[in-house]
Amino acid sequence: MTPSRTAFAAILAKDLRSELRTLQSLPAMALFSVTTFVIFRFGLDRTSLSGSLASGVLWATLLFAAVLGINRLFVAEREEGGFDAIRLAPIDRSVLFAAKVAALVIYLLALEMVAVPIFAVFFLDDAAGLGPLVAVLVLTDLGLAATGTLISSMAVNSRARDLLVPLVLLPLAVPLMIAATGATEPLLSLGGPSYHRFGSWLLVLGLYDLIFGLVGYAVFDFLLED
Amino acid sequence: MYGKGLRPLSIATVAMIALSLSLVFFYAPLDADQGFIQKIFYIHVPLAMVALVGFIVGGVFAIAHLRTDNRKWDAYSYVSIHISVIFGVAVLITGAIWAKASWGHWWVWDEPTLVSFLIVFLLYATYYPFRYAIEDRDRQARYASVFAVTAGAFVPLNFMAVRMAQSLVHPRTFATADGGLPGEMMLTFLCSLAAIALLWTTLVKFELTAKSASGQVKRLRRALDAPASGGSSRIAPEVS
Repeated sequence: MTPSRTAFAAILAKDLRSELRTLQSLPAMALFSVTTFVIFRFGLDRTSLSGSLASGVLWATLLFAAVLGINRLFVAEREEGGFDAIRLAPIDRSVLFAAKVAALVIYLLALEMVAVPIFAVFFLDDAAGLGPLVAVLVLTDLGLAATGTLISSMAVNSRARDLLVPLVLLPLAVPLMIAATGATEPLLSLGGPSYHRFGSWLLVLGLYDLIFGLVGYAVFDFLLED
Repeated sequence: MYGKGLRPLSIATVAMIALSLSLVFFYAPLDADQGFIQKIFYIHVPLAMVALVGFIVGGVFAIAHLRTDNRKWDAYSYVSIHISVIFGVAVLITGAIWAKASWGHWWVWDEPTLVSFLIVFLLYATYYPFRYAIEDRDRQARYASVFAVTAGAFVPLNFMAVRMAQSLVHPRTFATADGGLPGEMMLTFLCSLAAIALLWTTLVKFELTAKSASGQVKRLRRALDAPASGGSSRIAPEVS
Protein backbone atom coordinates (compact mmCIF):
# COMPACT_ATOMS: atom_id res chain seq x y z
CA MET A 1 0.00 0.00 0.00
CA THR A 2 1.16 3.49 -0.75
CA PRO A 3 1.59 5.88 2.19
CA SER A 4 -1.44 7.88 1.05
CA ARG A 5 -3.61 4.82 0.99
CA THR A 6 -2.41 3.71 4.41
CA ALA A 7 -3.12 7.17 5.78
CA PHE A 8 -6.55 7.18 4.15
CA ALA A 9 -7.44 3.82 5.67
CA ALA A 10 -6.09 4.89 9.07
CA ILE A 11 -8.06 8.16 9.19
CA LEU A 12 -11.25 6.51 7.96
CA ALA A 13 -10.91 3.66 10.45
CA LYS A 14 -10.24 6.16 13.25
CA ASP A 15 -13.37 8.12 12.36
CA LEU A 16 -15.61 5.08 12.12
CA ARG A 17 -14.23 3.57 15.32
CA SER A 18 -14.71 6.77 17.30
CA GLU A 19 -18.24 7.15 15.94
CA LEU A 20 -19.04 3.55 16.89
CA ARG A 21 -17.68 4.05 20.41
CA THR A 22 -19.14 7.46 21.17
CA LEU A 23 -22.25 7.37 18.94
CA GLN A 24 -22.22 11.14 18.78
CA SER A 25 -23.72 11.81 15.36
CA LEU A 26 -25.60 8.88 13.87
CA PRO A 27 -28.30 8.26 16.52
CA ALA A 28 -29.02 11.99 16.64
CA MET A 29 -29.33 12.16 12.86
CA ALA A 30 -31.67 9.16 12.73
CA LEU A 31 -33.82 10.43 15.60
CA PHE A 32 -33.99 13.87 14.01
CA SER A 33 -35.20 12.47 10.71
CA VAL A 34 -37.92 10.33 12.28
CA THR A 35 -39.17 13.31 14.29
CA THR A 36 -39.14 15.45 11.16
CA PHE A 37 -41.28 12.86 9.35
CA VAL A 38 -43.81 13.11 12.19
CA ILE A 39 -43.78 16.91 11.92
CA PHE A 40 -44.37 16.69 8.17
CA ARG A 41 -47.27 14.28 8.75
CA PHE A 42 -49.04 16.99 10.74
CA GLY A 43 -47.65 19.97 8.87
CA LEU A 44 -48.94 18.65 5.56
CA ASP A 45 -51.88 16.86 7.18
CA ARG A 46 -51.32 13.77 5.04
CA THR A 47 -51.07 10.17 6.06
CA SER A 48 -49.64 8.99 2.79
CA LEU A 49 -47.40 10.75 0.31
CA SER A 50 -46.49 10.27 -3.32
CA GLY A 51 -44.76 12.05 -6.18
CA SER A 52 -43.32 15.48 -5.55
CA LEU A 53 -44.57 15.71 -1.95
CA ALA A 54 -42.94 12.41 -1.06
CA SER A 55 -39.62 13.28 -2.66
CA GLY A 56 -39.68 16.77 -1.14
CA VAL A 57 -40.33 15.49 2.39
CA LEU A 58 -37.70 12.77 2.05
CA TRP A 59 -34.96 15.04 0.71
CA ALA A 60 -35.62 18.02 2.96
CA THR A 61 -35.44 15.68 5.95
CA LEU A 62 -32.29 13.91 4.78
CA LEU A 63 -30.57 17.22 4.00
CA PHE A 64 -31.27 18.71 7.42
CA ALA A 65 -30.27 15.48 9.15
CA ALA A 66 -27.04 15.49 7.13
CA VAL A 67 -26.31 19.04 8.34
CA LEU A 68 -26.25 17.68 11.92
CA GLY A 69 -23.54 15.18 11.03
CA ILE A 70 -21.59 17.63 8.88
CA ASN A 71 -21.51 20.11 11.78
CA ARG A 72 -19.70 17.57 13.94
CA LEU A 73 -17.41 16.13 11.27
CA PHE A 74 -14.23 17.96 12.27
CA VAL A 75 -14.98 18.70 15.92
CA ALA A 76 -12.68 15.96 17.19
CA GLU A 77 -9.84 17.15 14.93
CA ARG A 78 -10.26 20.66 16.24
CA GLU A 79 -10.57 19.82 19.92
CA GLU A 80 -8.06 16.99 20.18
CA GLY A 81 -5.40 18.48 17.91
CA GLY A 82 -5.97 16.18 14.95
CA PHE A 83 -5.30 19.04 12.52
CA ASP A 84 -1.82 19.54 13.99
CA ALA A 85 -1.13 15.82 13.72
CA ILE A 86 -2.11 15.80 10.04
CA ARG A 87 0.08 18.84 9.43
CA LEU A 88 3.03 17.10 11.08
CA ALA A 89 2.50 13.78 9.33
CA PRO A 90 4.47 13.25 6.10
CA ILE A 91 1.36 12.64 4.01
CA ASP A 92 -0.56 14.46 1.33
CA ARG A 93 -3.14 16.66 3.03
CA SER A 94 -5.81 15.87 0.47
CA VAL A 95 -5.88 12.42 2.09
CA LEU A 96 -7.71 13.96 5.03
CA PHE A 97 -10.30 15.36 2.64
CA ALA A 98 -10.78 12.00 0.91
CA ALA A 99 -11.02 10.12 4.20
CA LYS A 100 -13.52 12.57 5.66
CA VAL A 101 -15.66 12.44 2.51
CA ALA A 102 -15.63 8.64 2.73
CA ALA A 103 -16.57 8.73 6.41
CA LEU A 104 -19.40 11.16 5.73
CA VAL A 105 -20.72 9.02 2.87
CA ILE A 106 -20.77 6.03 5.22
CA TYR A 107 -22.62 8.06 7.88
CA LEU A 108 -25.16 9.25 5.33
CA LEU A 109 -25.72 5.74 3.96
CA ALA A 110 -26.17 4.45 7.50
CA LEU A 111 -28.66 7.25 8.18
CA GLU A 112 -30.58 6.41 5.02
CA MET A 113 -30.67 2.72 5.87
CA VAL A 114 -32.70 3.74 8.92
CA ALA A 115 -34.59 6.78 7.65
CA VAL A 116 -35.73 5.60 4.22
CA PRO A 117 -37.41 2.36 5.39
CA ILE A 118 -39.14 4.28 8.18
CA PHE A 119 -40.24 6.87 5.60
CA ALA A 120 -41.62 4.06 3.43
CA VAL A 121 -43.49 2.52 6.36
CA PHE A 122 -44.91 5.87 7.42
CA PHE A 123 -45.96 7.33 4.10
CA LEU A 124 -45.59 5.12 1.03
CA ASP A 125 -48.31 2.83 -0.28
CA ASP A 126 -45.95 1.05 -2.61
CA ALA A 127 -42.27 0.43 -2.01
CA ALA A 128 -41.37 -0.54 -5.60
CA GLY A 129 -39.53 2.74 -6.19
CA LEU A 130 -37.04 2.13 -3.39
CA GLY A 131 -34.76 -0.11 -5.48
CA PRO A 132 -33.72 2.48 -8.09
CA LEU A 133 -33.79 5.14 -5.35
CA VAL A 134 -30.55 3.62 -4.05
CA ALA A 135 -28.65 5.04 -7.05
CA VAL A 136 -30.04 8.53 -6.36
CA LEU A 137 -29.17 8.23 -2.67
CA VAL A 138 -25.58 7.16 -3.34
CA LEU A 139 -24.89 9.90 -5.91
CA THR A 140 -26.48 12.61 -3.76
CA ASP A 141 -24.54 11.45 -0.71
CA LEU A 142 -21.28 11.77 -2.62
CA GLY A 143 -22.02 15.36 -3.60
CA LEU A 144 -23.30 16.29 -0.16
CA ALA A 145 -20.22 14.73 1.42
CA ALA A 146 -17.84 16.64 -0.88
CA THR A 147 -19.35 20.07 -0.24
CA GLY A 148 -20.15 19.22 3.38
CA THR A 149 -16.57 18.23 4.16
CA LEU A 150 -15.23 21.38 2.53
CA ILE A 151 -17.60 23.70 4.41
CA SER A 152 -17.27 21.82 7.69
CA SER A 153 -13.48 22.01 7.66
CA MET A 154 -13.68 25.78 7.27
CA ALA A 155 -16.55 26.34 9.68
CA VAL A 156 -14.88 24.40 12.48
CA ASN A 157 -12.08 26.98 12.61
CA SER A 158 -14.45 29.91 12.87
CA ARG A 159 -16.33 31.51 15.71
CA ALA A 160 -19.76 30.62 14.38
CA ARG A 161 -19.26 26.91 13.72
CA ASP A 162 -22.80 25.66 14.07
CA LEU A 163 -24.19 28.62 12.19
CA LEU A 164 -21.92 28.56 9.16
CA VAL A 165 -22.51 24.99 8.02
CA PRO A 166 -26.25 25.32 7.38
CA LEU A 167 -25.86 28.90 6.18
CA VAL A 168 -23.33 28.13 3.45
CA LEU A 169 -24.18 24.50 2.73
CA LEU A 170 -27.88 24.95 1.98
CA PRO A 171 -27.48 27.28 -1.03
CA LEU A 172 -24.60 25.11 -2.26
CA ALA A 173 -26.84 22.05 -2.03
CA VAL A 174 -29.69 23.56 -4.05
CA PRO A 175 -28.64 22.08 -7.44
CA LEU A 176 -28.09 18.74 -5.72
CA MET A 177 -31.59 18.86 -4.24
CA ILE A 178 -33.11 19.92 -7.58
CA ALA A 179 -31.58 16.88 -9.26
CA ALA A 180 -32.27 14.47 -6.38
CA THR A 181 -35.93 15.45 -6.04
CA GLY A 182 -36.27 15.49 -9.84
CA ALA A 183 -35.06 11.90 -10.03
CA THR A 184 -37.02 10.74 -6.95
CA GLU A 185 -40.39 12.25 -7.84
CA PRO A 186 -41.32 9.83 -10.67
CA LEU A 187 -39.95 6.89 -8.65
CA LEU A 188 -42.42 7.56 -5.85
CA SER A 189 -45.37 8.54 -8.02
CA LEU A 190 -48.77 6.96 -7.37
CA GLY A 191 -49.36 3.89 -9.53
CA GLY A 192 -45.82 2.58 -9.60
CA PRO A 193 -42.40 4.03 -10.38
CA SER A 194 -41.64 5.62 -13.71
CA TYR A 195 -38.28 6.75 -15.03
CA HIS A 196 -39.06 10.15 -16.53
CA ARG A 197 -35.67 11.87 -17.14
CA PHE A 198 -34.12 9.57 -14.52
CA GLY A 199 -30.87 9.23 -16.48
CA SER A 200 -30.34 12.94 -17.07
CA TRP A 201 -30.91 13.71 -13.39
CA LEU A 202 -28.38 11.06 -12.43
CA LEU A 203 -26.00 12.71 -14.89
CA VAL A 204 -26.47 16.09 -13.16
CA LEU A 205 -25.82 14.44 -9.79
CA GLY A 206 -22.69 12.81 -11.14
CA LEU A 207 -21.49 16.10 -12.59
CA TYR A 208 -22.03 17.84 -9.25
CA ASP A 209 -20.09 15.07 -7.46
CA LEU A 210 -17.26 15.33 -9.96
CA ILE A 211 -16.99 19.14 -9.89
CA PHE A 212 -17.12 19.53 -6.13
CA GLY A 213 -14.97 16.47 -5.55
CA LEU A 214 -12.28 18.04 -7.73
CA VAL A 215 -12.72 21.53 -6.25
CA GLY A 216 -12.48 20.13 -2.73
CA TYR A 217 -9.44 18.07 -3.61
CA ALA A 218 -7.76 21.09 -5.20
CA VAL A 219 -8.39 23.66 -2.47
CA PHE A 220 -8.25 21.51 0.68
CA ASP A 221 -4.48 22.02 1.02
CA PHE A 222 -5.01 25.72 1.63
CA LEU A 223 -7.40 25.08 4.50
CA LEU A 224 -4.81 23.23 6.55
CA GLU A 225 -2.02 25.78 6.30
CA ASP A 226 -1.35 27.78 9.37
CA MET B 1 -1.77 54.23 -5.57
CA TYR B 2 -5.06 52.66 -6.50
CA GLY B 3 -6.45 56.11 -7.17
CA LYS B 4 -4.50 56.50 -10.40
CA GLY B 5 -6.84 56.82 -13.37
CA LEU B 6 -9.92 56.92 -11.18
CA ARG B 7 -10.98 60.36 -12.45
CA PRO B 8 -10.93 59.61 -16.21
CA LEU B 9 -12.59 56.26 -15.51
CA SER B 10 -15.38 57.96 -13.55
CA ILE B 11 -15.89 60.55 -16.29
CA ALA B 12 -16.04 57.81 -18.92
CA THR B 13 -18.58 55.92 -16.80
CA VAL B 14 -20.84 58.94 -16.36
CA ALA B 15 -20.62 59.74 -20.08
CA MET B 16 -21.41 56.16 -21.04
CA ILE B 17 -24.37 55.98 -18.66
CA ALA B 18 -25.69 59.27 -20.03
CA LEU B 19 -25.28 58.03 -23.59
CA SER B 20 -26.96 54.69 -22.96
CA LEU B 21 -29.84 56.30 -21.03
CA SER B 22 -30.49 58.72 -23.84
CA LEU B 23 -30.38 55.85 -26.30
CA VAL B 24 -32.82 53.89 -24.10
CA PHE B 25 -35.33 56.73 -23.91
CA PHE B 26 -34.99 58.53 -27.26
CA TYR B 27 -33.53 56.08 -29.75
CA ALA B 28 -34.64 52.53 -29.02
CA PRO B 29 -38.14 51.80 -30.37
CA LEU B 30 -41.02 50.87 -28.07
CA ASP B 31 -41.56 47.15 -27.75
CA ALA B 32 -44.68 46.05 -29.62
CA ASP B 33 -45.91 43.70 -26.85
CA GLN B 34 -44.76 45.27 -23.64
CA GLY B 35 -44.53 48.94 -24.52
CA PHE B 36 -42.62 51.28 -22.27
CA ILE B 37 -41.95 48.80 -19.43
CA GLN B 38 -39.72 46.76 -21.72
CA LYS B 39 -37.09 49.50 -21.33
CA ILE B 40 -36.18 48.08 -17.92
CA PHE B 41 -34.60 45.29 -19.95
CA TYR B 42 -31.71 47.65 -20.75
CA ILE B 43 -30.92 47.99 -17.04
CA HIS B 44 -31.93 44.60 -15.70
CA VAL B 45 -30.16 42.27 -18.12
CA PRO B 46 -26.79 44.13 -18.20
CA LEU B 47 -26.83 44.34 -14.39
CA ALA B 48 -27.39 40.59 -14.16
CA MET B 49 -24.69 39.78 -16.69
CA VAL B 50 -22.16 42.09 -15.07
CA ALA B 51 -22.95 40.74 -11.59
CA LEU B 52 -22.47 37.14 -12.73
CA VAL B 53 -19.24 37.95 -14.53
CA GLY B 54 -18.17 39.84 -11.39
CA PHE B 55 -18.71 36.71 -9.28
CA ILE B 56 -16.59 34.69 -11.69
CA VAL B 57 -13.92 37.42 -11.72
CA GLY B 58 -13.91 37.29 -7.91
CA GLY B 59 -13.24 33.55 -8.19
CA VAL B 60 -10.36 34.13 -10.61
CA PHE B 61 -8.81 36.68 -8.23
CA ALA B 62 -9.26 34.13 -5.44
CA ILE B 63 -7.30 31.56 -7.45
CA ALA B 64 -4.57 34.18 -7.92
CA HIS B 65 -4.56 34.76 -4.17
CA LEU B 66 -4.26 31.06 -3.38
CA ARG B 67 -1.47 30.59 -5.91
CA THR B 68 0.64 33.62 -5.03
CA ASP B 69 -0.35 34.14 -1.40
CA ASN B 70 -0.44 37.88 -2.13
CA ARG B 71 -3.09 39.62 -0.02
CA LYS B 72 -3.73 42.13 -2.79
CA TRP B 73 -5.65 39.48 -4.75
CA ASP B 74 -7.82 38.68 -1.77
CA ALA B 75 -8.82 42.34 -1.57
CA TYR B 76 -9.60 42.32 -5.31
CA SER B 77 -11.68 39.19 -4.88
CA TYR B 78 -13.54 40.61 -1.90
CA VAL B 79 -14.33 43.90 -3.62
CA SER B 80 -15.45 42.15 -6.85
CA ILE B 81 -17.87 39.96 -4.93
CA HIS B 82 -19.00 42.88 -2.77
CA ILE B 83 -19.94 45.09 -5.72
CA SER B 84 -21.54 42.14 -7.52
CA VAL B 85 -23.74 41.37 -4.52
CA ILE B 86 -24.90 45.01 -4.51
CA PHE B 87 -25.63 44.72 -8.24
CA GLY B 88 -27.43 41.46 -7.44
CA VAL B 89 -29.88 43.28 -5.16
CA ALA B 90 -30.60 45.67 -8.04
CA VAL B 91 -31.08 42.72 -10.42
CA LEU B 92 -33.64 41.09 -8.15
CA ILE B 93 -35.53 44.35 -7.63
CA THR B 94 -35.61 45.30 -11.31
CA GLY B 95 -36.51 41.70 -12.19
CA ALA B 96 -39.43 41.80 -9.77
CA ILE B 97 -40.66 45.10 -11.21
CA TRP B 98 -40.44 43.76 -14.75
CA ALA B 99 -42.21 40.53 -13.75
CA LYS B 100 -45.00 42.50 -12.07
CA ALA B 101 -45.45 44.72 -15.10
CA SER B 102 -45.38 42.06 -17.79
CA TRP B 103 -46.69 38.93 -16.05
CA GLY B 104 -48.69 40.48 -13.21
CA HIS B 105 -46.76 38.87 -10.36
CA TRP B 106 -43.83 40.17 -8.34
CA TRP B 107 -42.14 36.82 -8.51
CA VAL B 108 -42.46 34.01 -11.06
CA TRP B 109 -40.94 30.64 -10.35
CA ASP B 110 -40.99 29.47 -13.96
CA GLU B 111 -38.41 31.97 -15.17
CA PRO B 112 -35.26 29.85 -14.77
CA THR B 113 -32.75 32.67 -15.15
CA LEU B 114 -34.31 34.71 -12.35
CA VAL B 115 -34.54 31.68 -10.04
CA SER B 116 -30.93 30.69 -10.75
CA PHE B 117 -29.86 34.21 -10.05
CA LEU B 118 -31.69 34.18 -6.72
CA ILE B 119 -29.90 30.98 -5.67
CA VAL B 120 -26.50 32.34 -6.71
CA PHE B 121 -27.28 35.57 -4.87
CA LEU B 122 -28.26 33.67 -1.71
CA LEU B 123 -24.98 31.77 -1.82
CA TYR B 124 -22.86 34.90 -2.25
CA ALA B 125 -24.81 36.69 0.45
CA THR B 126 -23.35 34.16 2.91
CA TYR B 127 -19.85 35.36 1.96
CA TYR B 128 -20.05 38.15 4.54
CA PRO B 129 -21.07 36.19 7.65
CA PHE B 130 -18.63 33.50 6.54
CA ARG B 131 -15.72 35.92 6.32
CA TYR B 132 -16.76 37.75 9.46
CA ALA B 133 -16.73 34.57 11.54
CA ILE B 134 -13.02 33.90 10.99
CA GLU B 135 -10.77 35.98 13.18
CA ASP B 136 -7.23 35.31 12.04
CA ARG B 137 -6.59 37.60 9.06
CA ASP B 138 -4.45 35.22 7.00
CA ARG B 139 -6.84 32.37 7.54
CA GLN B 140 -9.79 34.65 6.77
CA ALA B 141 -8.26 35.61 3.44
CA ARG B 142 -7.48 31.99 2.55
CA TYR B 143 -10.90 30.66 3.51
CA ALA B 144 -12.65 33.50 1.70
CA SER B 145 -10.67 32.62 -1.42
CA VAL B 146 -11.64 28.97 -1.12
CA PHE B 147 -15.26 30.08 -0.79
CA ALA B 148 -14.96 32.29 -3.87
CA VAL B 149 -13.46 29.45 -5.94
CA THR B 150 -16.13 26.96 -4.82
CA ALA B 151 -18.95 29.42 -5.45
CA GLY B 152 -17.49 30.29 -8.85
CA ALA B 153 -17.66 26.61 -9.85
CA PHE B 154 -21.21 26.52 -8.50
CA VAL B 155 -22.60 29.26 -10.77
CA PRO B 156 -22.73 27.37 -14.13
CA LEU B 157 -23.80 24.10 -12.49
CA ASN B 158 -26.67 25.84 -10.75
CA PHE B 159 -27.88 27.46 -13.96
CA MET B 160 -27.90 24.06 -15.62
CA ALA B 161 -29.86 22.35 -12.84
CA VAL B 162 -32.47 25.10 -12.61
CA ARG B 163 -32.91 25.16 -16.38
CA MET B 164 -33.48 21.41 -16.37
CA ALA B 165 -36.07 21.64 -13.60
CA GLN B 166 -38.34 23.66 -15.89
CA SER B 167 -40.97 21.25 -17.16
CA LEU B 168 -41.92 23.34 -20.18
CA VAL B 169 -39.71 25.57 -22.23
CA HIS B 170 -40.27 29.17 -21.27
CA PRO B 171 -39.76 31.86 -23.92
CA ARG B 172 -36.35 33.36 -23.28
CA THR B 173 -35.85 37.09 -23.43
CA PHE B 174 -32.31 36.71 -24.49
CA ALA B 175 -33.00 34.33 -27.32
CA THR B 176 -35.09 37.09 -28.87
CA ALA B 177 -32.42 39.65 -27.99
CA ASP B 178 -29.89 37.68 -29.99
CA GLY B 179 -32.03 36.76 -32.93
CA GLY B 180 -35.16 38.76 -33.49
CA LEU B 181 -34.11 42.03 -31.91
CA PRO B 182 -34.00 45.03 -34.24
CA GLY B 183 -30.64 46.70 -34.69
CA GLU B 184 -31.57 49.80 -32.68
CA MET B 185 -32.48 47.71 -29.67
CA MET B 186 -29.31 45.63 -29.95
CA LEU B 187 -27.15 48.76 -30.15
CA THR B 188 -28.89 50.28 -27.13
CA PHE B 189 -28.49 47.04 -25.22
CA LEU B 190 -24.77 46.82 -25.99
CA CYS B 191 -24.28 50.46 -24.92
CA SER B 192 -26.09 49.78 -21.65
CA LEU B 193 -23.99 46.68 -21.09
CA ALA B 194 -20.80 48.70 -21.62
CA ALA B 195 -22.10 51.42 -19.28
CA ILE B 196 -22.93 48.97 -16.50
CA ALA B 197 -19.60 47.17 -16.92
CA LEU B 198 -17.80 50.50 -16.64
CA LEU B 199 -19.85 51.35 -13.56
CA TRP B 200 -18.82 48.05 -11.98
CA THR B 201 -15.15 48.66 -12.75
CA THR B 202 -15.30 52.20 -11.37
CA LEU B 203 -16.98 51.08 -8.17
CA VAL B 204 -14.45 48.28 -7.68
CA LYS B 205 -11.58 50.68 -8.23
CA PHE B 206 -13.16 53.26 -5.97
CA GLU B 207 -13.60 50.80 -3.11
CA LEU B 208 -10.05 49.50 -3.50
CA THR B 209 -8.76 53.08 -3.39
CA ALA B 210 -10.80 53.87 -0.29
CA LYS B 211 -9.61 50.70 1.45
CA SER B 212 -6.01 51.36 0.51
CA ALA B 213 -6.25 54.94 1.80
CA SER B 214 -7.80 53.93 5.12
CA GLY B 215 -5.19 51.19 5.47
CA GLN B 216 -2.42 53.72 4.97
CA VAL B 217 -3.98 56.12 7.46
CA LYS B 218 -4.16 53.32 9.98
CA ARG B 219 -0.53 52.41 9.47
CA LEU B 220 0.55 56.03 9.82
CA ARG B 221 -1.48 56.39 13.00
CA ARG B 222 0.12 53.28 14.39
CA ALA B 223 3.52 54.67 13.47
CA LEU B 224 2.69 57.89 15.30
CA ASP B 225 1.38 55.79 18.18
CA ALA B 226 -1.87 57.70 18.22
CA PRO B 227 -5.14 55.94 19.09
CA ALA B 228 -7.16 55.21 15.95
CA SER B 229 -10.45 57.01 15.77
CA GLY B 230 -13.39 54.81 14.91
CA GLY B 231 -12.81 51.12 14.27
CA SER B 232 -12.51 50.08 10.66
CA SER B 233 -14.70 47.37 9.22
CA ARG B 234 -13.86 43.99 10.66
CA ILE B 235 -15.06 42.10 7.60
CA ALA B 236 -13.23 43.91 4.88
CA PRO B 237 -9.66 42.97 4.07
CA GLU B 238 -6.93 45.52 4.38
CA VAL B 239 -5.14 46.69 1.27
CA SER B 240 -1.55 47.75 1.39
